[in-house]
Amino acid sequence: MIYLDNAATTLQKPQCVIDAVVRAMNSMGNASRGAHSSSLSASRVVYDTRCKIAKLFGCSRADHVVFTCNSTEALNIALGGLFVSGDHVITTDLEHNSVLRPLYRLEKEGIISLNFVPADVKGRPDYSAFETLIRRNTKAIVCTHASNLTGNMIDLERVGRIARDHGILLVVDASQTAGAVPIDMERMNIDVLCFTGHKGLMAPQGTGGLCIREGVEIRPFKVGGSGVHSYDKEQPSAYPTRLEAGTLNSHGIAGLSAALDYLNEVGIETIRSKETMLMQRFYEGVSRLDGITVYGDFDFERTAVVTLNIGDEDSAIISDVLYEDYGIATRPGAHCAPRMHEALGTTEQGAVRFSFSWFNTEEEVDEAIRAVAELAES
Amino acid sequence: MRQKKSTLIITFATTTQAMAVEKFCQDHELPGRIIPVPREITAGCGLSWKAAPEDRERLADALRDGGLGWEEMHIIEI
Ligand SMILES: Cc1ncc(COP(=O)(O)O)c(C=O)c1O
Repeated sequence: MIYLDNAATTLQKPQCVIDAVVRAMNSMGNASRGAHSSSLSASRVVYDTRCKIAKLFGCSRADHVVFTCNSTEALNIALGGLFVSGDHVITTDLEHNSVLRPLYRLEKEGIISLNFVPADVKGRPDYSAFETLIRRNTKAIVCTHASNLTGNMIDLERVGRIARDHGILLVVDASQTAGAVPIDMERMNIDVLCFTGHKGLMAPQGTGGLCIREGVEIRPFKVGGSGVHSYDKEQPSAYPTRLEAGTLNSHGIAGLSAALDYLNEVGIETIRSKETMLMQRFYEGVSRLDGITVYGDFDFERTAVVTLNIGDEDSAIISDVLYEDYGIATRPGAHCAPRMHEALGTTEQGAVRFSFSWFNTEEEVDEAIRAVAELAES
Repeated sequence: MRQKKSTLIITFATTTQAMAVEKFCQDHELPGRIIPVPREITAGCGLSWKAAPEDRERLADALRDGGLGWEEMHIIEI
């Protein structure tokens, strides 16, 4: 199989990640729940991983790195715990349902009011709207770093400057970019960064988290066992414990830790340039074919995603034929980003997404181009 | 019976604080190790840093300079 669905999850993980999980499952107890060596070994691995995440994303404090099981949980914690009645929030048409649904729910409950920065037919956000939508009661801009549908990135430095100039928070969904694109919370002026482990970070599923800038207060969304302050009736107020009730996925976090070592060893820039090269090669191969529509903007920074349709063929059928006849795994249909599909005009047809990883090869890309060419001809 | 000894115990609010102190002390060759909090002390986190009483000032200075957090320092007989 040629796996080109890496924006959904990276299938191939570095061997060191797999080994680290197996080792952890043979040796690690419950982090933060004892002082015997197996509990301590879990606590140490978890702490070490906090430090590595803080360093990777430019988060000034390792104890402000909170682990969750994915970015959906991180976003729910952040969005559920930041806002109070009467707050206004700005988000964008590029967002995934894990940003949209928590915000829609808050809107429905009458807690927040919500406005959208529109995207054009190429999926580009209207940057001027970030500023014109700001009101007296605007609390935050919530936006993705890159669209999971088109691969187009949002210029976070630019959005971060606007947020800083107006004294509002910037909450970022880095699901599509963490591990694949450099991120610096300081430089980009990010207050809360939500990430998932199983995509670009090449870590196990069930890992993820949020990095919180010092001074940003998020109310806990779940409360319970913390291993500390056991006789208090309230969840401890110190980060990360405040937001981490329940046993952590330390086995997965051990894998995340190994994945971070791997990323540092290879270098994110090296990974990014290879993935970009593969994406560009595929784009050039398919965009000159007749009957192919490629979505998104290829003149601006982007992730290793190319999304297309062939004529007016149902994207689900195309994706199925690609898999059945060519052994190429892609993702069709609606990609949990309803407003983006509306902007691109693909709500009916859906779209076939090809997404590349560090472990893909040029030969695989060329085979995928040949497959698309054959399907476009027939 | 085991002979009780005067011991320095540093307590923490969170496990993360305890882990940060352990790493810091190892990196800076400062004395001590993690033990469960003795029952005569109440602390947020069940882990504490155990060292000799005479290391108290040195540890306090180093941790303060390093920007590390802790709850309290106790000298007890254990
Ligand atoms: C932009 C974006 N946000 C959020 C998510 C949700 O990630 P997870 O399922 O790991 O929580 C995804 C992945 O599907 C995504 O692409």
